[in-house]
Amino acid sequence: MTRSLPAPVAAAAATKPAGQDLPLPTPGGPRPLVKLEAVEKVYQMGATEVRALDGISLDIMPGAFWAIMGPSGSGKSTLLNLLGCLDRPTAGQYVLNGQNVGQMDDDALSELRLRELGFVFQSFNLIPQLTVRENIELPLFYLGWDAHVSAARAAELAERVGLKDRLTHRPTQLSGGQQQRVAIARALVNDPPVLLADEPTGNLDTATGEQIMALLGELNASGKTIIMVTHESDIAAHARFRLHLRDGRIDRVEGR
Amino acid sequence: MRKSRLARHIRLGIKTLMLHKLRSFLTVLGVVFGVGSVIAMLSVGEGASKEALEQIRKLGSNNIILRAVKPTEDEEMGSKRSFMSMYGLRYDDEQRIRETMPAVKRTVPVKSVRKEAWLNERSMELRVMGVTPDWFELLQRQVLAGRILNWRDVETRSSVCLLTEQGARKLLATEATIGQPIRIGPDIYEVIGIVQAERVGGSIQAPDEDVDTYIPIQVARERYGDMTTHQTSGSFEREWVELHMILVEVTDDSQVEPTAAAIEAMLKRFHPKLDYRVNVPLALRRQAQATKRMMNWVLGSIGGISLLVGGIGIMNIMLASVTERTREIGIRRAIGAKRRQIVGQFLIETVVLSSLGGVIGVGLGVGLPFLITHFANMPTVVPMYGIVLSVAISVGIGILFGLYPAVRAANLDPIEALRHE
Ligand SMILES: Nc1ncnc2c1ncn2[C@@H]1O[C@H](COP(=O)(O)OP(=O)(O)OP(=O)(O)O)[C@@H](O)[C@H]1O
Ligand SMILES: [Mg+2]
Repeated sequence: MTRSLPAPVAAAAATKPAGQDLPLPTPGGPRPLVKLEAVEKVYQMGATEVRALDGISLDIMPGAFWAIMGPSGSGKSTLLNLLGCLDRPTAGQYVLNGQNVGQMDDDALSELRLRELGFVFQSFNLIPQLTVRENIELPLFYLGWDAHVSAARAAELAERVGLKDRLTHRPTQLSGGQQQRVAIARALVNDPPVLLADEPTGNLDTATGEQIMALLGELNASGKTIIMVTHESDIAAHARFRLHLRDGRIDRVEGR
Repeated sequence: MRKSRLARHIRLGIKTLMLHKLRSFLTVLGVVFGVGSVIAMLSVGEGASKEALEQIRKLGSNNIILRAVKPTEDEEMGSKRSFMSMYGLRYDDEQRIRETMPAVKRTVPVKSVRKEAWLNERSMELRVMGVTPDWFELLQRQVLAGRILNWRDVETRSSVCLLTEQGARKLLATEATIGQPIRIGPDIYEVIGIVQAERVGGSIQAPDEDVDTYIPIQVARERYGDMTTHQTSGSFEREWVELHMILVEVTDDSQVEPTAAAIEAMLKRFHPKLDYRVNVPLALRRQAQATKRMMNWVLGSIGGISLLVGGIGIMNIMLASVTERTREIGIRRAIGAKRRQIVGQFLIETVVLSSLGGVIGVGLGVGLPFLITHFANMPTVVPMYGIVLSVAISVGIGILFGLYPAVRAANLDPIEALRHE
């Protein structure tokens, strides 16, 4: 059942403010996994409208590691929710792994989240009444995997994040760093092409945060595409590209 | 695979419910009492009506029972200062009914007198019933030993009698039964058979009693005559009654009521004192069935209301649970759960709660009537349809009252839900 991982590709399209020409993908070359074209997200608050995202165009190639940065209220979470198919843009186009997200209904969006995306949150977001193994298994449960196969798969993932002997523990019996590892294992269990992380180290001390970042770095090195929101530059330094937002627009892109 | 997934959903539901044992228990309790009371109520209703119908069945549904009734205030007797009251059914009533009414198949004229019966030193008071052989057939009474009367006994005026089971047990005791001579009043009779008698209580009186003895009507008429004398508070009272009872059998049960009406009209002409009563078991049965239907509705509704209360309890708890687990719902949605899967998850929890309540409620509903019968001495019958109905209803209540909270959970915005504290 495991998908073959794509070889790490250090490629990302250059991004330009909306209205400018977008770079054409190299014919025959790798296609972007995530493609945003002039994406807008406008919240209507009575008479006033809040342009949380105001013309974002962005190509993310398979195997890339991106950090999204910016001051509070600049639209980082809004962008990540959009990328995570939890929300739809009010204008523009979002193509994820060849699928146009804009027109999809709720069921189709759920299906995309289930198959194409893994989420890691700042506050871990494990389900307290489930054990570590059951939390990791959750996506497989919704995919309809056989119980025995998914139990074995969950154990494999727990081993990969270093929690082999914690399978029957409850989330509350784990430290913050361990809980975040469980969350990462859950995000990876069905091997989605994209891993999304919103301030994954925000609730952890520096040392533990570094361990989590090392784990994400390892995953990226083995080919996983990662998009992470953070406002700490040391954490962002782990990513190969850093996208700076300001007032819902792309301010600049740094990258090696 | 679908099956194992459902099983996992159910297991997860149970696990979640077990996190709040007391809360789940109290929620279940509402359904337990609802289902229990529906079944118990229906059982009481069913038991009462079954008893009534059984009593009526023993009277024969094609029969009409006419009885002589002593008028309560006999002005004639008072004015004439006579000591003899004359009332009741007459031989010509019986003849008229038999000969003029086409729907009448058979009639049994009955004379009854109370006499002391003797065997050796034992004695007991019996009701001596002068009847014809048709009596036993019309009432479908079982012959326990020997034989019933035949027409030869009537024609030859034989001194033979039948005893009821209870009468035989008291009077004959250990003696040989069939062929045993006994003394009734001044005369000797030979016991030719033992029959069953029905003691029917309640509003409907059976034509037979458990200390009856049956002799040919001709014998009763000749030996005891139509006049009886008995002593009440020092003075003698004399009564002149030709027939105490007439059993009428009609050809078909559709004829029962019109014939009863015709008999009533006819008797009214010849009996201005209204010294008779017409009993129609079929009409009683119809009435009993109507009563039963109403009773089922009333009792069932009372139980139904408690089921409803149980359902509202479930809804209340599930709404609280949805609010409490908003974040969990957000997590599941972010991972990729579809709306209907969230609906399913919450519905399974409510259905688990309500059907558990239903099953325990059936236990209560079956046990309670047992106790009612035991302690309150009321007949109860646990109806199968009641069990099936209330379990189905309790599952239905789980779905009905769980649907709103479940849909509410599924329609939460995942982003909002994830932000919920
Ligand atoms: N549901 C909403 N309704 C209205 N406005 C919203 C909504 N969500 C976000 N916004 C607005 O959109 C803008 C971007 O918000 P967003 O949460 O993306 O910022 P952020 O970069 O994640 O900030 P932070 O670093 O504080 O998390 C803000 O001005 C915010 O007020
Ligand atoms: Mg944010």
